[in-house]
Amino acid sequence: MKILVPIKRVVDYNIQVHPTADGKAVDISGLKMSPNPFDENAIEEAIRLKEAGTASEVVMVSFGTESNHDVLRHGLAMGADRAILVKTDKTLGSLGIAKLLKALIEKEAPNLVLMGKQSVDDDAGQAPQMLAGLLGWAQGTFVSQLTIENQTAHVVREVDGGTESLSLKLPAVISADLRLNAPRFVKLPNLMMAKKKPIESIEAETLLPLKDLKVKTIAVEYPASRGPAKILNSVDELINALKNEAGVL
Amino acid sequence: MSILILADHNGHSLKISTRQAVTAAKLLGDETHLLLVGANLDELIEEARQLSGVSKVLVADAPHLIHAVAEDIAPLITCIAASYRTIFGGHSSFTRDVLPRVAAMTDVSMISDVIEILDYRTFKRPIYAGNLVSTVQSDDPIQVLTIRGSRYKPSELNPANTADVERIEVPAQGLQLATWQSETKQSSDRPELANARIVISGGRSLGSQEKFQATLGPLAEKLNAAIGASRAAVDAGYAPNDAQVGQTGTQVAPDLYIAFGISGSIQHTAGIKDSKVIVAVNLDPDAPIFQIADYGLVADLFDVIPQLTNAV
Repeated sequence: MKILVPIKRVVDYNIQVHPTADGKAVDISGLKMSPNPFDENAIEEAIRLKEAGTASEVVMVSFGTESNHDVLRHGLAMGADRAILVKTDKTLGSLGIAKLLKALIEKEAPNLVLMGKQSVDDDAGQAPQMLAGLLGWAQGTFVSQLTIENQTAHVVREVDGGTESLSLKLPAVISADLRLNAPRFVKLPNLMMAKKKPIESIEAETLLPLKDLKVKTIAVEYPASRGPAKILNSVDELINALKNEAGVL
Repeated sequence: MSILILADHNGHSLKISTRQAVTAAKLLGDETHLLLVGANLDELIEEARQLSGVSKVLVADAPHLIHAVAEDIAPLITCIAASYRTIFGGHSSFTRDVLPRVAAMTDVSMISDVIEILDYRTFKRPIYAGNLVSTVQSDDPIQVLTIRGSRYKPSELNPANTADVERIEVPAQGLQLATWQSETKQSSDRPELANARIVISGGRSLGSQEKFQATLGPLAEKLNAAIGASRAAVDAGYAPNDAQVGQTGTQVAPDLYIAFGISGSIQHTAGIKDSKVIVAVNLDPDAPIFQIADYGLVADLFDVIPQLTNAV
């Protein structure tokens, strides 16, 4: 079984981002970039399936420029077999990514696509479902447990107020929740070894003519601020404030 | 222009996020249709047609849709998508699963997690875990959205409102790409985290699973509050996964949110920012949670909680 894992390069989740001076975009210049955390869960799961003998090959793909080599090397160091960089400097949006992935999947023919449930920059959470829809494949979203047997993936999904178990016919697209696993740390020797693993480059336009985004960002701002808290001195003061000032008790 | 809302329900009643979506729909167009998908929907149809603001209830009712999956729901919507300018739902795990698939099959983009409607194609939504808000505008012919409901009052039932009911065509059987097996629901008589009027949450300083329950339980009982937890408390095993409040857990917007011993990581505060009133109780006066709370007590939660429990 071959597994394809898309990986996105995003601003490290520990870093505070700001709007650009003109208030029309997010200023990410010079910020530390990292693999999208949910994508790391997807890679980890794919590698575990390979280690268990369920999968035979783990292929990673990232969309962007040469700078995406760092996140691909990270995944290779975790244990993926090879990587593909689909080169474009366009902003693609979830639908654009899903369409490019579909075109790549027609060439690579994986049995399973494992990807993060959302990226921590746009927080859209759409690409896996869109890809599954375009391919007409089964989808398992927000997955926290995965087992595969006889051409079927059994998944446990994190849903509002509990969990849900589904069985999915393969091929399928599965999106990883943080609880799926704890991604392994990359050790230096693995990082050195990963340098020998191949990264293939494909021009995005050779897969698919790219269209302009239909959804445009016209402003980026800080959220309406609240707080800081009025510091009270006792539980009595708090109860009084909640009852008589805020009216919520 | 007509608006289609994909209803989220539990088989017997509509989720509050759907009723909030009905209210939000008034800002998007003039005719709101509500789509119900499931089996044995008579009870739900009665509720849906009385919802103030709904002009038509579309029904996909068939035995094989009892635990309908996205693979089978999406084609039901794409068949009728061309009649609508907006197709959306409240922001829930159900709509977040189904609607992106609908958008892709309709060849349009999607805008998730809308927090403010500026006009029918211009919206505000949080990015970077709620640290920034972006305003986006769509040129697509159909807008597919999820809308975070906390800003919109749930639409009320009005017996005088009797929307038309129209059954839509349903294939004789499902695609069988995905099959529902089972579910686990948080077993609690208390209100659901996402819908509770009061939420009290605990952090890792509660110390253990036993102390977490023993300390927060009686207060939750008295306030009829849902119990939430920080990611750290969940990771430490003090509280179940589905209790996690935050951007990566459940986003809440109660009238009153009380955080006990939670420092206030970015991802936690992003999930509570829409609460009406936030109270923080923490021993550390520099905890970031105090920067976004309305009221703070710099005190030991083990002193504060019993006092509060006795006093309310």
